[in-house]
Amino acid sequence: MLSKAAALADGAVAAAILGSGVRDLAARAGSFGARRVFVADDPRLEAPLPQPRVDVLAALVREHGVGTVLFGQSVLAADIAAGLSARLDAGLNWDLTDLRSEDGRLVGRRPALADSVYAEVGWRSEPRLAIVRSGTFEPSETGGEAEVTEVTPQFEDFSLAATMVEQAHEESGGPSIEDADVIVAGGRGLGGPENFTLVEELAKALGGAVGATRAVVDAGWYPYATQVGQTGKTVAPKLYVACGISGAIQHKVGMQSSSVIVAINKDPNAPIFEYSDLGVVGDLHEILPKLTELVRARKSG
Amino acid sequence: MKIAVCVKQVPDAAAPRRLDPQTKRLDRSGEGVLNAFDVHAVEEALRLKEAAGGGEVLLVTMAPEGAQDTLRKALAMGADRALLISDEAAAGSDLVATSYALAKALEREEPDLVLFGQQASDSDGAVLWAAVADRLRLPTISQVAELSLAEGRVRGKRQTEFGYDVIEAPLPAVVAVSDAINEPRYPSLKGIMSAKSKPQELVSLTALGVEPDRAGDQGSRTEVYALGDPPARGDSQKISDDGSGAEQIVAFLVERRLV
Ligand SMILES: Cc1cc2nc3c(=O)[nH]c(=O)nc-3n(C[C@H](O)[C@H](O)[C@H](O)COP(=O)(O)OP(=O)(O)OC[C@H]3O[C@@H](n4cnc5c(N)ncnc54)[C@H](O)[C@@H]3O)c2cc1C
Ligand SMILES: Nc1ncnc2c1ncn2[C@@H]1O[C@H](COP(=O)(O)O)[C@@H](O)[C@H]1O
Repeated sequence: MLSKAAALADGAVAAAILGSGVRDLAARAGSFGARRVFVADDPRLEAPLPQPRVDVLAALVREHGVGTVLFGQSVLAADIAAGLSARLDAGLNWDLTDLRSEDGRLVGRRPALADSVYAEVGWRSEPRLAIVRSGTFEPSETGGEAEVTEVTPQFEDFSLAATMVEQAHEESGGPSIEDADVIVAGGRGLGGPENFTLVEELAKALGGAVGATRAVVDAGWYPYATQVGQTGKTVAPKLYVACGISGAIQHKVGMQSSSVIVAINKDPNAPIFEYSDLGVVGDLHEILPKLTELVRARKSG
Repeated sequence: MKIAVCVKQVPDAAAPRRLDPQTKRLDRSGEGVLNAFDVHAVEEALRLKEAAGGGEVLLVTMAPEGAQDTLRKALAMGADRALLISDEAAAGSDLVATSYALAKALEREEPDLVLFGQQASDSDGAVLWAAVADRLRLPTISQVAELSLAEGRVRGKRQTEFGYDVIEAPLPAVVAVSDAINEPRYPSLKGIMSAKSKPQELVSLTALGVEPDRAGDQGSRTEVYALGDPPARGDSQKISDDGSGAEQIVAFLVERRLV
């Protein structure tokens, strides 16, 4: 992101680092193209909550006349960007897959309606806010040095009202989907956690791993470590079999680089079909057991 | 306990969706439905009201007048009344303009809790609550998959990249719920009947005190310059399962040397 911004703005780029105990990151920002780094290091910025960060960024934008603020996609970034948009009455374009300068204006590309349309979007005034889809830009380490400026945050009362009570880290077990050549993934179309065996059996027959959508992970049907998508893992196997998955954009961004995508869904209008190599409109309860049998027979035959 | 639920009418996903090449906006002329993600927010509001043994569940939306039919579905589930911001001048509102108008309506209503759905299925922004919360100067929690209220505070649990977070905030607060939070009820026959007579108030932007230059196209800070087709993805096939779906998948995998 920094490298891209540096290229677009002819180097006039600053990084903002917000957190607690984050001073050491400042040097890294310089080497990716930031000329200046604003560091807000404060215990009240330790928990990953958006509102205190809006306060800090709003002050920075106002004081330094920042024209454009770029965010990498994440749940936290989206909440910060939207809060900042309201605070500054600044336009926000999200889910961008490209950003370029054209006749002096900034133009973003935003795939819409499950990526079936590409919109070229812009801003009518400054500051311009943008959220860029993760993995869009390649970092380039230029090895520069940045001037570090410490900022003293001032917080609004309401920004500090929400507090983190507990933050749990769960260790993940089971085979990892990151290096698998084949992934068979299940979504809410499975109907219940017990039906994940259908997906597991096929994965076993194909010698692959099991993936899941956020909807089923959130519902507690399958462990988080298997979640594919924007807030989960990004995978690129040789074969991705999507079973009972609608194909929401947040899922797609995590698996679209798979070489071959096969989808089974009973809804002929499911967005997943728009980016599958083979789409089968049908009931997975009928198809999966048969498919597993056939694959097994082929492997042993 | 007064709970406001922000809901959106979206084009029916079963019908083909398209962007109008002229206005470059989503073509909303077809049948609208209640955004499925928002049904979970309505359900959660009803459960909180039931648990509290009383209170009011109010629906708030900004949409064309026809959205009254769509709102009726949520009223049939059990919501008490609806506030529809309906104004020609609101068309084309982006995040800046939409959050401003909704905040004005919510300021008037002063609910104890404002609920949002996880995302609008047509815009996929998943951002509106944070903007509204900032305008209302209230704390916000997003992606909440488990919610509870006690002693004037709201507590939400949500999935994260590493495990989960539990976040707490004093009321009034703005909370966006995940679609895993509950199984929404189906409206009962009685609910459907009574929904017809539940109050739906239509308000104009002026009535809410929204200045003309802060609404719709004029109040928006983003724009769409052009629309185009995405790059084609090779030769993809779509078949209907006539009983031979599994065989056809295997044949395809064999051809691609994947089994
Ligand atoms: C900020 C944010 C981040 C997100 N991050 C992610 C992420 O990382 N990963 C992710 O996956 N999602 C993510 N999501 C959620 C995403 O938008 C979708 O809600 C989710 O991917 C839907 O999961 P699903 O396809 O399992 O469920 P649904 O959308 O409910 O789809 C189920 C599908 O199953 C089909 N079906 C039902 N029964 C059958 C049957 N018998 N046979 C065949 N098909 C059947 C249905 O037709 C439907 O298409 C995120 C959302 C937000 C707002
Ligand atoms: N026009 C609208 N009126 C009322 N609520 C809305 C409107 N648009 C979106 N919402 C709410 O905001 C949530 C997120 O929308 P979005 O940020 O557009 O994805 C939805 O799930 C709804 O709860």
